[in-house]
Formats: sequence, C-alpha cells, structure tokens
Amino acid sequence: MLKIFKYSFFDLIRSRWIYAYFSFYLITAISLLYISNDLNRAILSLMNIVIILSPLIGTMFGVMYYYNSREFVELLLAQPVKRTAIFLGQYLGLTVSFSLSFGLGLGLPFLFNGILGSEEIGNFLILLLNGTLLTFIFTAIAFLISLLNENKIKGFGLAIIIWLFFAVIYDGLFLLSLVIFEDYPLDSFALIASIFNPIDLSRIFMMLQLDISALLGYTGAVFNKFLGTNMGIVVALISSLLWVFIPVKGFLHYSLKKDF
Amino acid sequence: MTRYMSILLIGCFVLSAPLSMADTLTICQTCPVKTIKQGLDKSKDGDVVIVKPGFYQEGNLNITKQITFLGEDFPVIDGNNNNEVLTINADSVVVRGFLIQNVGTNYLEDRAGININERDYCIIENNKLINTFFGIYLKNVSDCIVRDNLIQGKAIEEISSGNAIHAWKSKNLIIENNLAEKHRDGIYLEFVDNSVISGNTSRDNLRYGLHFMFSNHDQYRENIFLNNGAGVAVMFSRNIEMIQNRFEKNWGASSYGLLLKEIYDGKIEHNTFLSNTIGIYAEGANRLNFNYNDFEKNGWALKILGSCMDNKFEYNNFISNTFDLSTNSSRNYNEYIHNYWGDYTGYDLDKDGFGDVPYRPVKLFSYIVSKVDPSIILLRSLFIDILNFAEKVTPVFTPESLKDVEPLMKPVK
Amino acid sequence: MINIKNLKKSFGKNEVLKGIDLDINNNGIFAILGPNGSGKTTIIKSILGLVVPDEGDIVLQQKNIARNWKYREYVNYLPQIARFPENLKVRELIDMVKDLRNSPAHEQELIELFELNTSLDKSLKNLSGGTRQKVNVVLSFMFDNPILILDEPTVGLDPVAMIRLKKLILKERKKGKTILLTTHIMSVVEELADEIVFLLEGKIHFRGSLEELNQRAQGKNLEHSIAKILENGMEQEAQITDPVNSRQLNFQQRYA
Repeated sequence: MLKIFKYSFFDLIRSRWIYAYFSFYLITAISLLYISNDLNRAILSLMNIVIILSPLIGTMFGVMYYYNSREFVELLLAQPVKRTAIFLGQYLGLTVSFSLSFGLGLGLPFLFNGILGSEEIGNFLILLLNGTLLTFIFTAIAFLISLLNENKIKGFGLAIIIWLFFAVIYDGLFLLSLVIFEDYPLDSFALIASIFNPIDLSRIFMMLQLDISALLGYTGAVFNKFLGTNMGIVVALISSLLWVFIPVKGFLHYSLKKDF
Repeated sequence: MTRYMSILLIGCFVLSAPLSMADTLTICQTCPVKTIKQGLDKSKDGDVVIVKPGFYQEGNLNITKQITFLGEDFPVIDGNNNNEVLTINADSVVVRGFLIQNVGTNYLEDRAGININERDYCIIENNKLINTFFGIYLKNVSDCIVRDNLIQGKAIEEISSGNAIHAWKSKNLIIENNLAEKHRDGIYLEFVDNSVISGNTSRDNLRYGLHFMFSNHDQYRENIFLNNGAGVAVMFSRNIEMIQNRFEKNWGASSYGLLLKEIYDGKIEHNTFLSNTIGIYAEGANRLNFNYNDFEKNGWALKILGSCMDNKFEYNNFISNTFDLSTNSSRNYNEYIHNYWGDYTGYDLDKDGFGDVPYRPVKLFSYIVSKVDPSIILLRSLFIDILNFAEKVTPVFTPESLKDVEPLMKPVK
Repeated sequence: MINIKNLKKSFGKNEVLKGIDLDINNNGIFAILGPNGSGKTTIIKSILGLVVPDEGDIVLQQKNIARNWKYREYVNYLPQIARFPENLKVRELIDMVKDLRNSPAHEQELIELFELNTSLDKSLKNLSGGTRQKVNVVLSFMFDNPILILDEPTVGLDPVAMIRLKKLILKERKKGKTILLTTHIMSVVEELADEIVFLLEGKIHFRGSLEELNQRAQGKNLEHSIAKILENGMEQEAQITDPVNSRQLNFQQRYA
C-alpha cells in the first residue's frame, strides 16, 4: 500500500493541477492578507472559501483521477498487490498531495505574516483541519461514485450533484424544516441534521471557534451542552472521521467485487 | 460641583480632626483596650481608633461617633457567618485598612460587610471584604467615597446572594478603583444621582457588573466588566454618561455587555465591547449618542429593538461580530452613519474615506435566527449567504431605511 | 499450471462465459481466439483476478486464486491498452513495477531491443502510442515468471518492433514458459501458437493445434477456418433460435 501511495503521490505532485491548486490558495491567501491586513479577517474569508471549494475540488478531482488512472489501475491489478492496497494507496496519494498543496498554499503566506506567535493560530489550525478533512471526505465519496459508475459523464454529473446537495440544497431543506416545525423542540434535530452533512460539520468547527459568543446566546439546553463544552468539538471530530471512514470503507469493499 | 465641594469638606475634616481635641485610641490583644466594641464605646467624635493586627469576632459593631477607624496590616473582623459586621450610624466616618469577612446570608435583612445608614461624608477605602453577602451597603447617604476596596463574595445563585457595592437613594457618591466579584451585582445603584463610578473592575458576578435603576445624571468611566451575567444594565434612568469602559466576555442566553432599558439622553463613547453574546441590547432607549465605540467578536454587536428612537451611531468600529445589528422592527428611527463595518465590501472611488455604496448592517439571517432559534446552526452556510445576498439586493424582511449611507473604509483609530 | 473449471461470468444480462473448462498443463504458446465478445479478454482477466467470476474455480500452480493476490508473482501481463500515470517518466515506471514486484528484472536488454534508451527520461504523456506499447512490452517481459499473458501484444507496433516482439515471445517459450495470447492478427497465431483455444458464445468451441483446426474446419489457412467455424456456428444457432436473432448475431459478429 505504501508503495502505491508513494508512486501516486509522486505522480500527482508533478501534475499541473496540484500546482494550480497550490497557487490558487497561495494567491488567495496573499491577497486576502494584503487587503484586510488582519490575520483574523483573512482566516474568516478563507474559511468561507475552503468550506465550499475543498469539497468541490475533492469530488471533481477524485472522480477525474479515478477515471484517468483506470488503465493504470489495471496494470497495478495485474501485479502481486492487494486490491484494497491499490485503491487505498491511490486515495491517500490524492488526498495527501491535495491537502499538502492546500496546506502549503495557505501556510506559507500566513507563516510570513507571523501566524505562529499570534492568537489566531487556533483559528488557522481549524481552517487547515477543515480543508483537510473535507478533502479526505469528498475524495472518498468521489472514489465511491466513480467505482460504482463506469460511465464517466454519469460519474461527473453525480459528483457535482452530491457537492451541490451538501453545499447548498441540504441546508436549504434543513432551514425549511426548521421553519416548518418551528413549534417543536428542534435542538436535537438541528444537531443531528448537521452531523449528516460533512460540510455542516466543518461549519460547526468554524462556528465553535469564531462565533462562540453568538452560540452561547442560544437558550436550548442540548445546544448549550453541545456547543458550550468540548463535547461539540469531540462529537464533530468523531463524526467527521466517520465521514472519512465510511466512504473509504465503502469504496474498498466495493473495489473487491468490481470487475476491471 | 457640589460633590467635589463635599469631598473637599470631608478631606478638611479628616485632616483637622487630630489637630483639635481628638484622641488616638489603640486596640490590640495586649493593649488596655482589647476589643473593638470597648474601643468604640470609649471613643468620642473626632477620635482616631487604630486596630492592631489580630482576629476580632465580636458580632455586630456599630459606629455611632464621627471617628476615623483605621486597621493596621489588615486586622480581621469576622462576622462568623451570622451577622452584619460594621454598621455606621454617624456622619464623616472613615474606615480604612480592614479585612472584613464572613457576613452571613440572610433572606430577611440585607446584611453587609460595611453598612452606612442614612449618613453623609463617609469614606470607605482600602479594605478587603471577603465572603460577604452584601459588601458595602449605602442606604440613603450622600457625599460618600468608596475607593480601593476589594470585595469578594461566594455567590452561587441569585436568590441567595447580595451585591458587592449597593447604594440606594443616595447622591454625590464616588465609587472608584474597587474590585467587585462573585456577588449578584458588582455595583448596584437605585435612585442614585450625580455620582461617578470609575476605574472599577467588576467580574464574575451572577447578574450585572454594574446596575443602574431609576438613577439620573451619573457617569461611569474606565471600568472593566468581565465575565458577568451581563456587563452593565442601565434601566429607567436619564442622562447617564458611559465612557471608556470595557465590556468583555459576558456570555449566556440573556447576556449583554450593556443592557439599556427605558433610558433617555445619554452618551456612550469610547467603550470597548469584546466577545459578548450581545454587545448592546437596547429596549426603549432614546436620544442616546453612541460614538467611537469598538465592537469586536460579539455574537450580536447591537440588538436595537423597535422601541428605540432618535439614537445616533457614529464613528463606531464593528469588527468580526457574528451579527453587527439585529432588530425586531421593520422600521428604523435611529441614525447609523460614518461607522466602520468589517463586513463592508463596497468601494470608495472618490477617495473621500467613505464607501460609495451604503451598508446594510441587518442581515436576513439575523431575522431568521430571531424567529427560529436553532437555525443559528446554519450560520455561514452557503445557502444562508445566498439568502442574505438576495435580501441585500431587495430588502423585504429587514428595514429598508436602516443603512449606513457613508460607511468608513478604514477603522476609526 | 492453469486449470479452469466451469467458469461463468455475466456482465449484467450479458452472459459472457457460460461454463469454461480449460486445463493447460504444459509449456508453450496458447492462442485464445474467438469473435468479438466471445469472452477472450474475460478469461484472461479472470485468470489475473481483474474480473471476479460468478461461478467456477481457477487454479494456478495448484493454488486457487479466489481472494488471493500473491499468485500474481508468477504471472506477467501485457494489457491491451497501455495507459500509465502521465507524469511519471519511463525509467520511473519501470523502476516502480520492479519495486512493486520486488523481483530482479532484465529490463536493460529489452530497452535496447526496442530502442527505448532515448525515451527513458521522457514523461509518459509525451510518448507516442507505439512507444507506449513498447514500454508496455518491456514491463511485461522483464521478469522471468512461468506464466505470461499477452492481450493483443502487437497493437500499435511498427513492423520492426513486431518482428522483434515475436522473436522475444519465441525465446520465452524456449525458456519453458506458458504463454497465453490473444490477437486479431492471424499471421501471428500461425507463426507462434502451439495450440489454439477457440471461443464461441462463451464456451470453448475448439481446442487443439493449428493443423487440427484447419483439418476440422476444412479451411486453407487459419483465417479461412475461422470464417468457416463462424458460419457453421451461425447455422447451428439458426436451427435453435429464430432467424431474426441469428441475423442480428451475424451482423454483430461482422461489424463489432
């Protein structure tokens, strides 16, 4: 597995997409830091970008990478290597290289602006964590989609729909149901509904860092317990990891049954 | 003016006392006078009573003469959790340098560490009051100074706790540089006029750091309100000036940096509101000027209800608040102009320092949250951003006229 | 060496292999032939573990390959379409496969044979189709393993390289290897194959030497014989099923 990881990683870090991704974040971070001249505000703007873009890039590149490396996978499959090792290796190669270019793209400008000693370091780490987790989650979902769909166009379409669903539609339905069932206690519903959307989970990480003052204004007891204590972070983190683990498990499981 | 005159008068009196027929009386375990009670009995107006270090537990002590009551190296006067410690029933009494502790909780009477009862010109300074029910209690007094005291309670619930400094029906007070903590209210003022509250730190109190009720023409400045149930509440009062105070981390469901209720004609300037659930909550606040305040990292920087009129917000900074402003009304009777809004994304083509596009500080989402609480969990969702944008383009739910037509491009220094 | 028993595989409703029994216990070159869709590639992929059979067993070197991957150490495979990670260089790809298989290889003589020296430091995305196929050949021939599976090995090769490849295959046979081969080019079969396995409709229709096939089909050469077999197959088919169906089948076989 490590060997596959190594090769797909070294293959990817030489692809222009990785550089494009890296430069995108580099340029965005530099210009945001330049415009706002304030670490906190730059981080805030980046959070909004990362939360939408990481899943999009994760799904699109996951699908693209899978379809592009289909023949290569066949070559690998004919080698004395375990199937799960091949897919896990490729998955890690993709996610690690993307997370790295994301982390470096954001990290370098912030390092030069003295993030290390500042009090914003916590927010910045949450930003990196969010981006990385979302990349891992949505790449895994993308692998699952493309393993299940031989048809490229169908795979891409599905990937975009899934991204759109989690990024926008889900929250719309969520808000709608909150408004419709306004008269019922909705605390637990709201929390559980957030757990079922990885993008919402990252937003919770972000809120716990940035908006704790507002969140503590909320009266619900369940909410308060969840958001006011470390429980929020712990539950959100565990749920996010499950969001990585389950799709990964899914595509590994399915890869064993698939014909190439 | 009158209050400064009176301070001067007290000062003269204190200085002149020993020069005249005054005696000095010393109390200690090995002295002829061994208990404070004896000493107080023996003293006469104008005397200086000095208490040497020691532990004195003598029930309630009642000062009935105009004496200067001094503690040396903080002698301990203990209330045994059973009674009020020091009751002052004379004018012009000075109490300085004591450690007063263990005032018993009582649900029938307001027991205090130091209680001044309908007397004037007293000075309470540089004392430590530990584990008090009420700390310093001023009832119907005028021209008193409460200064440099440390007042520390152990309040757990509002119903069984008192206030660190409590003043009722008083005037011309100076309350400065005290540290008031862990009581119900840090400083409570009811029917208190013409007083100055400055340089105090009020923290970890259950209800308010500072609480005005029916009080007029007062000023509080340069105080720090930290981690109280709510920072400051100003209710049913007129002409209160609030200057250069710091409101920080007042967190909770009904928690505010500053609560304004039924107040008229005040000034709120150069204050800092940092990380409060609500920076300022105003209900029936009228004709107030809010200038040069910093609102940073609050949940809601301002919650201004529809009952507020003719207030003006100018040259304030709003930075990294979850919501800058929310209101429950679809109309707006207040003026917001020349403020710096961190979320402002407009431009300044004519380079006059003001944005060319008006800023609308009320977001649709803050309206939604006020209707359906749990929806706050959707904060920063792309869907919400889209909703906010739509509302920004064509306001339907938020007051159309509520906008800053000349928002600043850079924060006010 | 290779024992296949009752191998069945469908893709959706399409039944590709309808019970294949095949035993290959000696060395030599075995050409697997058949019209498009007859299941050649599916058999090969089943042996390699790329396709998971619905039913039946495949035993390689006395070991059942189901849920096993280690056996691929003895098998080398030349896939039909050679596409590789685009950003890797040729040399890196060769090193990678060596590294993955963790066994000694004699790639250098093959590189020279196919004149790939100048391409070694090029990225794979910059190579022509023919050069890629040469790289593909190098990758599958550089190890000394008892079983060699070649899926359309001559596709895209220029005549010189083709001749060299054929020589190479014969050389491998001399070493005592078992070589499975599919191709559409009949001359390759005639030149190389020791035995022919002819698939039709998901079953083994014929197995034997070239001479036996020609004799049985009464064709002048392989191409002719195969055409005859297919026509006969049609007739048989037409007797059992309705004519419309058989015409469709005929159409498919001609133009697929």
